Amino acid sequence: MSEPGMVVEGPLAGLEEIKKQYPTERAALMPALHAAQREFGWLSHEALAAVASRLNLPEATVRSTASFYSMFQGKSTGRHAVRICTNVACMVLGAEGLLAVLNGLYGLAPGQTSPDGRFSLEVMECIGACDKGPSMLVNEDLHTDLSAEKIIEVLETYE
Amino acid sequence: MTGVKVKYLLGNIDNPNSADIEEYEKAGGYQALGKALSMESAMVIEEVKKSGLRGRGGAGFPTGMKWMFADRDPKFPKYIVCNADEGEPGTFKDRIILEKNPHVLIEGMAIAAHALKAEHGYIYLRGEYPAAKKVLETAINQAQRRGCLKFPLHIHQGAGAYICGEETALIDSLGGKRGQPRLKPPFPVSEGLFGKPTVVNNVETFANLPFIIKNGAEEYLKIGNPECPGNKLFPVSGHVERPGVFELPMGTTLREIIYEHAGGVKGGLALKAVIPGGISTPVLPPDKIDCPMDFVSVPKWGSMLGSGAVIVFAEGTCLVKVAWRSLKFFERESCGKCTPCREGTGWLRAILERIENGQGREGDIGLLEDVAGNIAGNTFCPLGDGAASVALNFIRHFRSEFEGHIKTDCRKMAVGP
Ligand SMILES: Cc1cc2nc3c(=O)[nH]c(=O)nc-3n(C[C@H](O)[C@H](O)[C@H](O)COP(=O)(O)O)c2cc1C
Ligand code: FES
Repeated sequence: MSEPGMVVEGPLAGLEEIKKQYPTERAALMPALHAAQREFGWLSHEALAAVASRLNLPEATVRSTASFYSMFQGKSTGRHAVRICTNVACMVLGAEGLLAVLNGLYGLAPGQTSPDGRFSLEVMECIGACDKGPSMLVNEDLHTDLSAEKIIEVLETYE
Repeated sequence: MTGVKVKYLLGNIDNPNSADIEEYEKAGGYQALGKALSMESAMVIEEVKKSGLRGRGGAGFPTGMKWMFADRDPKFPKYIVCNADEGEPGTFKDRIILEKNPHVLIEGMAIAAHALKAEHGYIYLRGEYPAAKKVLETAINQAQRRGCLKFPLHIHQGAGAYICGEETALIDSLGGKRGQPRLKPPFPVSEGLFGKPTVVNNVETFANLPFIIKNGAEEYLKIGNPECPGNKLFPVSGHVERPGVFELPMGTTLREIIYEHAGGVKGGLALKAVIPGGISTPVLPPDKIDCPMDFVSVPKWGSMLGSGAVIVFAEGTCLVKVAWRSLKFFERESCGKCTPCREGTGWLRAILERIENGQGREGDIGLLEDVAGNIAGNTFCPLGDGAASVALNFIRHFRSEFEGHIKTDCRKMAVGP
C-alpha cells in the first residue's frame, strides 16, 4: 500500500487511485488489466508481471483471470483494433460479406493482424448497435450502416 | 389494453443535451430522490413492492421482493450493483439510457441505495461500450457535485464475456475473478459481492424507480399489464423499415411493435419469423405476433420476454443459418464450467453447420433434438437451457425448412431480402 502523500512512480502508477475504489486488491484486477493493456499495448509477460506486483497477486492468478476475457489481448496486435459484429441481426444485413472485403483488401483474417501491422481483426458477438447494422468498433469508435464501400472509406481514415 | 401512454425512460432524448444534469433537473429530475430521502427506507421498499416492478434484465423477478430479501439480511455493508453488461444479441436498450439519459439510472440507484442502506455502488459496464463510459463518468461527477449521490459509485468495465451478464458471474468478475456462474443458493441478496448482501438490478430496472417514487405505485400500476406493469424498452432490429428502440407499455403486441412503431417488414415483404426477446429466447412464427409483450404473456405464446429485443426476419431469410449463428454464439460464450453446456452447444453448432453447408445427414434433426434434450435442465446456469430451447424451437416451427435443407443445399440463396 502507498503512504499518504507519497508519489507513486513506475509502470501502472495510476492503479493506486483505482485500488481505492475496491475493498480488496484482487477486485482491482480487471481495471488493472485494462490499464496495463493501454500502457503496454497488449498483455505481455512484462505487463502481467507489473499488474501482479502492483496488486500483490501471484502471476498465475493474474494470467488466469486475464485469459477468461476476450478483450484482454494475449498477443501483440495491430495499430488499430477492428471489431466487427457478425451476430444474427448484423448477419442478416450482410455482415459476412464485409469479412471477405477486409480479407481481400488488407489480408485480414479473424483473430489475425494484417501483414503491415495496421489492423487486427476480431469477429464480435453483438456490440449493441443492431438497429444500424452491420456495425463495428474501430478502437473506441463505433461505425454503423456498413457496406462494402463504407467500410473501406472508414478504415482508410485510420493510418 | 395497455393503458396510459407516458414516456419516462426516453422522454427527453431528443434534447441534444439530455445527458446533462441541468437539463435532467429542468424536466423534474432528482425530485423523486428528494421524495425518497424524506421517506423511511422501509417505506421506499414497500412502495416498490406495491408497484409490481419486475426486473428488466431478462428474468422478470419482482424487484421489491429482491430488495426485501437483501434488507432482511443483517450483514453490512450492503452493495448495489447495476448490471450494464448488456450482451444479449439484438439488445441495445440499456445503451440508450446510458448514453442519453444517464441521470435516470443514477437517480434510480440513489433511491435504491437509500432504500437498502447500501454504502457502495458499482455499475458493471460492458467493455464494448466505451462511449457510454465517458457519458457515465461525467454524469456521476455532476451528481456527486450536486450532492445527489451520497455514496461512492464506481464504473467497473467488463472485458468481453457475455456470461458476466449473469449476476453471480458478474459478481465474481467484479471481484477480479473469471466470470463463471455460481450455484444458487446462496443468492446475491445474502452472499453477493465480497460475501455481503448485494442487489443486482438491470439498467432499465433502476431507470423505472424515479417514476414509481415520484408518482406512486398506483399510477405506475395503470401502465401496461397490471400483472406486469410499467413501460418497457423494445429494441427492434433485422428486416424492418425503422429499426430502433421504442418505449411502450408492457403488453404491447409484437404486431404493433413491428408494424406500427418499426414501420413494418422491410420492402413490404412477408414476415417469416421473429425472435421476441434477444437470441436466447425461442423464435416465433408469424401466426404468433398477436402476443402481448410482457413477462406473463410471452411464455403462454411459446417464448419469453427476455430483454425485449425483437429481431425480425423477412421471407427469404435462411433460418437454418440463423439457428447456426445463434448456436455459434452460445458455444463461444459458454463459460466452460459445466459439461452439458460446454460440449452440447458445440455439438449443436456442428450439426447445424453441416446442415447449413449442404452436408446434413438423414437423422440429423433427431440428433439435434436428442442433444438439446440432454442439455436442457442439466446445466449450471440458464445459458445452456437457452441454447437448447433456441435449437428446439427453430426445429419445432420450421421443421420442413430444416428437412428441405438436408436434401438441398440452399447456400446459393442470399440471406435476407
Ligand atoms: C446467460 C445470462 C446472461 C445475462 N445477461 C444479462 C445482461 O446482459 N444484463 C442484465 O441486466 N441481466 C442479464 N442477465 C440476468 C441477470 O442474471 C440478473 O437476473 C439481472 O441482472 C437481475 O436484474 P433485474 O432483476 O433488474 O432484471 C443474464 C442472465 C443469464 C443467465
Ligand atoms: S447483432 Fe450486430 S450489433 Fe447487435
